[in-house]
Parts: sequence; C-alpha cells; structure tokens
Amino acid sequence: MQKSNVDIRSLQIGFGGLKVLENLDLHVGASEFLVLLGPSGCGKSTLLNAIAGLIDVRGGEIHVGGRDVTWAEPKDRGIAMVFQSYALYPRMSVRRNMSFGLTVAGTPRDEIERRVGEAAQMLRLTSLLDRRPSELSGGQRQRVAIGRALVRHAGVYLFDEPLSNLDAQLRAELRVEIKRLHARLGATMIYVTHDQIEALTLADRIAVMQGGVIQQLDTPKKIYREPVNRFVASFVGSPAMNFIPGQLARGSEVAFIAGVNRVSLNGYAFRSQPTDAPAVLGIRPEHIELTASNDPSAVSARVEMVEPMGADTLIWCRLADSTAFSFRHDADAQVRVGDTLNVRFPAEALSLFDETSGQRL
Amino acid sequence: MRLSLNSRLSAISALLPALLVMLVVYIGATSWTVWMSLTNSRMLPNNNFVGLRQYEMLLGNDRWITSVHNIVIYGLLFVSLALLVGFLLAVAIDQRVRAEDTIRSIFLYPYSMSFVVTGLVWQWLLNPTLGIQHVLRSWGFEGATFDWIVRPETAIYCLVIAGVWQASGLVMAIMLAGLRGVDDEIWKAARVDGLPKWRVYVSIIIPMMGASFATAAVLLSTGVVRLYDLSVAMTNGGPGIASEVPAKFVMDHLFERANIGLATAAATTMLITVIAVVAPYLYWRARKGEVR
Ligand SMILES: Nc1ncnc2c1ncn2[C@@H]1O[C@H](COP(=O)(O)OP(=O)(O)OP(=O)(O)O)[C@@H](O)[C@H]1O
Ligand SMILES: [Mg+2]
Repeated sequence: MQKSNVDIRSLQIGFGGLKVLENLDLHVGASEFLVLLGPSGCGKSTLLNAIAGLIDVRGGEIHVGGRDVTWAEPKDRGIAMVFQSYALYPRMSVRRNMSFGLTVAGTPRDEIERRVGEAAQMLRLTSLLDRRPSELSGGQRQRVAIGRALVRHAGVYLFDEPLSNLDAQLRAELRVEIKRLHARLGATMIYVTHDQIEALTLADRIAVMQGGVIQQLDTPKKIYREPVNRFVASFVGSPAMNFIPGQLARGSEVAFIAGVNRVSLNGYAFRSQPTDAPAVLGIRPEHIELTASNDPSAVSARVEMVEPMGADTLIWCRLADSTAFSFRHDADAQVRVGDTLNVRFPAEALSLFDETSGQRL
Repeated sequence: MRLSLNSRLSAISALLPALLVMLVVYIGATSWTVWMSLTNSRMLPNNNFVGLRQYEMLLGNDRWITSVHNIVIYGLLFVSLALLVGFLLAVAIDQRVRAEDTIRSIFLYPYSMSFVVTGLVWQWLLNPTLGIQHVLRSWGFEGATFDWIVRPETAIYCLVIAGVWQASGLVMAIMLAGLRGVDDEIWKAARVDGLPKWRVYVSIIIPMMGASFATAAVLLSTGVVRLYDLSVAMTNGGPGIASEVPAKFVMDHLFERANIGLATAAATTMLITVIAVVAPYLYWRARKGEVR
C-alpha cells in the first residue's frame, strides 16, 4: 500500500463573504496520523473536504503524494474518506457498499473480491457482508464505512468525526481499532475531531485549530504540556487547566505574585526574557501537589467542593484572593469541605501566558 | 387518564356529524348504487330486480369497452410518465439552480388549475387549426402535423399529455422533498468513490426514494379513476367515442341517457375493480407493518 504525504500551501477557502481558511499551511508526513482538533465551526471539516476535493478552494495549493491535486476530482486524488454519518448506500448490502466504487471504476472482479475480503477480515465484517446497513449497529456501520474507504487502497485516509455518533463505549472500542489499523497499514491518516481524548490517544501530531487558524501543531505530549497560548491550554485537557491571574516579579529569582501568594518560577523555561508585567499562570489539576505548611513555596487554600471521580478525586479550592482552582488527588484523600490545604505549584509543570495577548511566556 | 362523562359526550357529539355523513353518504349511497345496478331502473329508480342483466348489457356495450380500454392506456401512461417527468424535474431543480423558488412555483402552477381549465387550454393547443400545428406551419414548417386530438386512434394520448402536464408539478414537489432528504454526506461519499452523477441517482438515490414514489403513485392513481372533467373539456369523449372514459360513461348514462340501471352497473364495476387493486396492496402493507 502506498503512503502519501500531504502538503497544503497558503490555502484559502470561503463561502460567499465568509472567509473560513486564510493562508493555511500544513504538511503531513507519509504514514503520519494527524488529528485536526478544534471547537465547532473552526473549519476542520472545511479543510478536510478541501483535501478530499469536495469543495473548491479560492487560492493556494494542495499536494498529495507529491502531485498537485488542487483541481483534481476527488476520485483522482489518491484519497479515501470516512464520514460522521457513515454515509453508507442504504439499499445496498455491506459487500456492495464496499465494492460499488471499484465496480464502477472497472476494477477486475477477482481483485475487488480480494480487497473486500481483506478489508472485511481486518474489520471483522466477514459475517455481515450480506446485510443491509439498516440491519447493523452504529459501530458496525462505521466499520463498514471504514471498510469502504480501505478497499480504495488510497495513499491518504481522511476521517471526519467518524466516532461522534457513537456512544462512549463503542467510541473507545473503535478508537482502538482505528489506531491498530493505522499501525498495521502504516497509511497516512488525517482525522478530524472535537474530542480531545481521541486526539490525544490517536495522533502522532495534533493541529489545534480556532477560527480557521492552526494555533499549534505538535505532538500530543507537547500540546498538553506546553500549550502555546491560552486557547490551546484551555481547549485541551479535562478537567480543564486552572488559570490564576497575577503579576511577574523579578527579584533574586523570577516569581509569580497572585495577591498574598508567591510562586517561585525557578525552573520554568521562559521563551523570552521575562518582564515585570501582568500574566496568567496556568496549571493542570494533576500537577498541583499537597505540601507541608512550613514549605516556603506553599500556598494555602480553602476546600470548597470534593468530586470523587473513581480513580481519583477532584478537589475544588479557593485562594485567599478568591481565585478558584481544582486539583487532583488520590481517591482516598481525607479532605473535607471547609478544610484549609497547603499546595505547591511546581515550576516545571506551569504554563505562563501574557495577560493581553494570551501567548505563552 | 379517564375522561369525564361530560368530555366523552362532547367528543362523541363532535364526531357525530362526520359519522352520520360517513354512514349515510358513503355506505348508504354505495349500497344504493349496487342495489340499483341489479334493477331495470331507467330514468327513475325502481326496485324491479333483474339479476345481472345490466352487467351483461354493459359487457356488450361498445362504448363501455372503449372506455375501459382507454382508462387502462391512460392509467399506465399517465402514472408512469408523470412519475418520470416529475422525477426528472425534481432532479433538475436539485442541481442547486438559481431562482429555484420561482421555477418550483412555475412547475407547481398547473396543479392549481382545475381539470376543466387544463382541458380547455390543451384542447386549444392541440387543435390543428389553432394550436401548435398552426404555429409551426406559420413559422414555415409546412409539413408539420400534430393532429392527434382529431384522430380517433390517438385522441386518448392527448388526454395523457394534458394529465401529465398538470400532475408533474405535484410529483416534482414530492420527489424534491425526497431528494432533499438524502444526506449530503452520501453525495460526498459517492464523489470520493468516483461515481458519475447519473449512476448515483439510478443505483443509490432512486432505491432510497421508494416512499416518495409510492406516495406519488397512489395520488396519481386516484386521479386516474376519477378521470372525467379532462375528457369532457378536451374532447367530450370524441372524436366519436374514441376518448370515452368510465366515469364519463357513468355520468352520461345517469343524467343524459336516463339509464340508471346501466350507469350504476358501470359504477359498481369500477368500484369492484378499485377494491380488487387496492385490497391486496393494503393487505401487503399491513403484513409489512407486522413484520417490522
Ligand atoms: N456550505 C457552506 N456554506 C456556508 N458556510 C459554510 C458552509 N460550510 C461551512 N460553512 C461555515 O464555515 C465554517 C467552518 O465550518 P466547518 O464545517 O469546517 O466547521 P467544523 O470545524 O467542521 O465544525 P464541526 O465541529 O461543527 O463540524 C463555519 O462557520 C460554517 O458556518
Ligand atoms: Mg465538521
């Protein structure tokens, strides 16, 4: 199976007066699993449809496998696509759903049979081949849709929120299946979702989008640990990252001052020389640590709410200046509402953002 | 929740008029018609039972035989052509044309016209000395001939043309609703699969639209049985008896020819035919409903 890279250069797309994408550049390597992540309406589907050739572009170029396909028909682009609503042909059997495109394209019969058999076996559909889509469960339908894409032996597979019509458990199962498929085929995959768990688990790299602009393109780990701005920081991660407004202060060491509390930033990797300016401190709930009251870096907070979440407990606290934050602790934490806790914000795990621009400092 | 006696009473009294109409008009009138067909009533109804004599006479009646022959031709051609034309119009509009609303209204417009107006318009259009043939000849196509309406063997096809013209808009509206119900992503999937558009319609969309076709076909079929005004307005059954239809046969014998017995026998035959067609269909529908 061939593996194609995808190269998008200053792509522009609009509908009427609305500009959805403007000068978007994106390179997806061969065999890479790239996830487009972003809130509703940010242009993920638009970008994917443009790669597939389902909508016209206003400017820029799209290359698949080194070939300029900006104006090629979808079928000639070496791509295959899986849709959110499955988009199966309802009056055709599973077998015919998978083979119909090949039949019309004039592929030899035995070749079609071989490909359908192979895809069916890979997706555990062999016993369902003679059923109609209406006789299948949601998860089975989506596997058929994936099968229909696989038989095209394309260089790039595009997925537009393939799992968002399924319930949580099926979603988790199929997610694993897609990941296994990627490992087995080594094909290039571009996957649209607004579910960050899917993005974090599946992706080699994630492109976080907002308002038609790619905010950050990085490995899941980098996106999670070092978000480039407040949007990425707040969009990725659940429970969400805490934000605490305050002030940077340079003394013997750089510190972050929020009201009466002082957080040492010794060990924080600043991107540029810090200045004494208002800033926002971001920290993920699982990075906050309990500490002793005599720890010089301790910050004291009052417990407002305790949310047991099974494996661990989410504890909601309020600082003296009434900023709220949450942190994660073991499930057996002996914490009650009204208690006063001493917590520590480790500098390595922090993110600092400029107060006005929201960019990482 | 149990309804109080009072509200049940008011519900019954609200339904009562409809119930009475149903009993008296439908069941009563139908039974009376069937009974009359077994008598030798002429201008006035009487109760002289003559068995199936009127039916024997009916089967020997040239005009009736022509009527039945015509309605079969008309029914088959009208339903299939109206479905075809209506579907094609809907497909044309579904290509996201400009001024879609206007075009849709124009196509739907004929349906708002009565059969009498439709018949008169088409009588004029098809009239060789006034209509299409005349216009073509005046443009210099001297040999142009379009005189179906004055030729006995083709007159019934003129009714088909007018009927299709009138009903296609309605079929289009039904089909367009069906087409718009097709998920956009199916079209996208078909494009990625590289299917030509006509192939998508033939192999994927039409099989999905069974309900739309059934609805349209049932509506059109009821129009076939009732076919009367179009024949009266366009050809008045002519030339000769070439475009007679059963409903016209019944009306003429009931009111002009003062032969109630024969007219009701014809009406009863029509009723039995309709039941013979509809009953198996209803049975099939009910069975299908059970299986689901
Ligand atoms: N056919 C269209 N005509 C006009 N505007 C459109 C069209 N398709 C999309 N848009 C607009 O383009 C923007 C991006 O839409 P897009 O479908 O790409 O969002 P998305 O990121 O896929 O969102 P979702 O997660 O809800 O699917 C939206 O503001 C949308 O309103
Ligand atoms: Mg979308």
